[in-house]
Amino acid sequence: MKFWERLASVDRRVLYLLLSLSVALPLVLKLRSRVRISDPVRQAYEAVDKLPAGSVIMISIDYDPSSAPEVQPMLIALLHHAFRNKLKVIVTGQLPLGLPLAEIALTQAAPQHGMVYGKDYVNLGYRPGYTALIVGIGREIRDYFNTDYKGVPIDSFEFMRSVHTYRDIGLLVDLAHGATADAWVQYAGGRYNVPIIIGCTGVNAPGMYAYLRAHQIKGIIGGLQGASEYEALVEKPGSATLGMPAQSAAHGLIILLLIVGNVGYIVSRRKAKK
Amino acid sequence: MLLNIIGTWVAATLTIGILSFLYKDNPLYKAAEHIYVGTSAGFAIIYSWAFDVYPMLVEKFNTNIAAHNHIEAWILLIPAALGVMLLSRSNLTLPALAALSLLMLIFRQFSWILVVLAVMCIAMFIPTLVNPRIEWVSRWPIAFTVGIGSGLGIAAAIQGYLLPQISDTLRPLVNVNNIVVFVGCITTLFYFYFSREHKGALGVVSRVGIVFIMVAFGASFGYTVMSRISLLIGRFYFLFHDWLPIIR
Repeated sequence: MKFWERLASVDRRVLYLLLSLSVALPLVLKLRSRVRISDPVRQAYEAVDKLPAGSVIMISIDYDPSSAPEVQPMLIALLHHAFRNKLKVIVTGQLPLGLPLAEIALTQAAPQHGMVYGKDYVNLGYRPGYTALIVGIGREIRDYFNTDYKGVPIDSFEFMRSVHTYRDIGLLVDLAHGATADAWVQYAGGRYNVPIIIGCTGVNAPGMYAYLRAHQIKGIIGGLQGASEYEALVEKPGSATLGMPAQSAAHGLIILLLIVGNVGYIVSRRKAKK
Repeated sequence: MLLNIIGTWVAATLTIGILSFLYKDNPLYKAAEHIYVGTSAGFAIIYSWAFDVYPMLVEKFNTNIAAHNHIEAWILLIPAALGVMLLSRSNLTLPALAALSLLMLIFRQFSWILVVLAVMCIAMFIPTLVNPRIEWVSRWPIAFTVGIGSGLGIAAAIQGYLLPQISDTLRPLVNVNNIVVFVGCITTLFYFYFSREHKGALGVVSRVGIVFIMVAFGASFGYTVMSRISLLIGRFYFLFHDWLPIIR
């Protein structure tokens, strides 16, 4: 069998093994790569950074464990940033499975900054309603969230007493793995002009650039790369920073396989013609 | 602590089980797959009860009855009835009745509205014994949902998407970015103009349009690859960080 033909018939399991090694080795060896901050992430960072202390930031957890490797590091980095700047954080979500992830991140970030539940942040939890809920918060948040996720009335938290509509929220952050990002931009941003930043999976990120260019959102944190950039900006390297060398190695391998595969195909076709 | 360790080991076993499919189908993969399906179904039932039925129907009904707001309490029957009608689409009224009764027993919740709901399920099931083709009833709640969705969606699409995007596309052609956006927008629109055959000038313009579309697809696919690799990194990170303390 000729070299190129042999290359074209490599068992797919060999490719899986190569890809697994390209991901596992950089993680095990704890390789680090230089993080270059992109404009959309810097803009997102600046949108949070310029809020005065005491401002309210609302984070919607619209992802579940299937997207957590990409989006969870964004949440942790954002919480560090918000708590460091003494912002009041409201966490909510459009997916019930996102709630435990929010709790994990809050219990990880809040104690490091001495933040107290109810005084500095609340977790309102999940309520069904989706677009009706997004529009409804523009009228009165209590129509949907009169209690937090434990059933405690939100008016028992001091800073929540002055939060009624989007006008009382300095910045809305949507961390999403689906169409909820579009819904927040179109329903909350379009109707109530709420400043929004989007943190999303790589799959969703290209669609968000149109909103950024049209100034409908303030910034984008896209995929694991975006998360690692945000971690670098807040100087809290985490799983995204650790994952980026593995990401680069896997991309390099995929590019190499694409080139080899195409060269093999072209050479084989030319030989067949002769 | 012990529960955490058990949980981590279970998660690691299931992760390896699912990944083992890459080599070939095997009993560990099958077990992991079935556990996933079963857990998802169980979660969906509890989720519907805990986040939808209980707080939005049972709790609201009970609170209003306790406050003697009988109209506000019994008006909840309208959305509940629409929900029961929707179940007729796949003859799910009896399973729904069974699930409802089970949840009432498990969570020890009693409410008259649930009793009425159960009666509705039976009332909806009985006609199917005579004529099984009763699924047309489900069109009413679907029409209701579509109406609400359209009402909310049309306004949002125009106000929050179409107008801002059109207004942003109409920029002065004073720099390369704006020219690229202008050319990309016009040529892509021409590519989707099917009233005339794509020949001559229209053919050239639409071919330029397809180049822009392909670039967009490429960018999207690149991001998708990054996303999928990130998920693999996430699983490996879990295995090496939480399960085997190789990286700390």
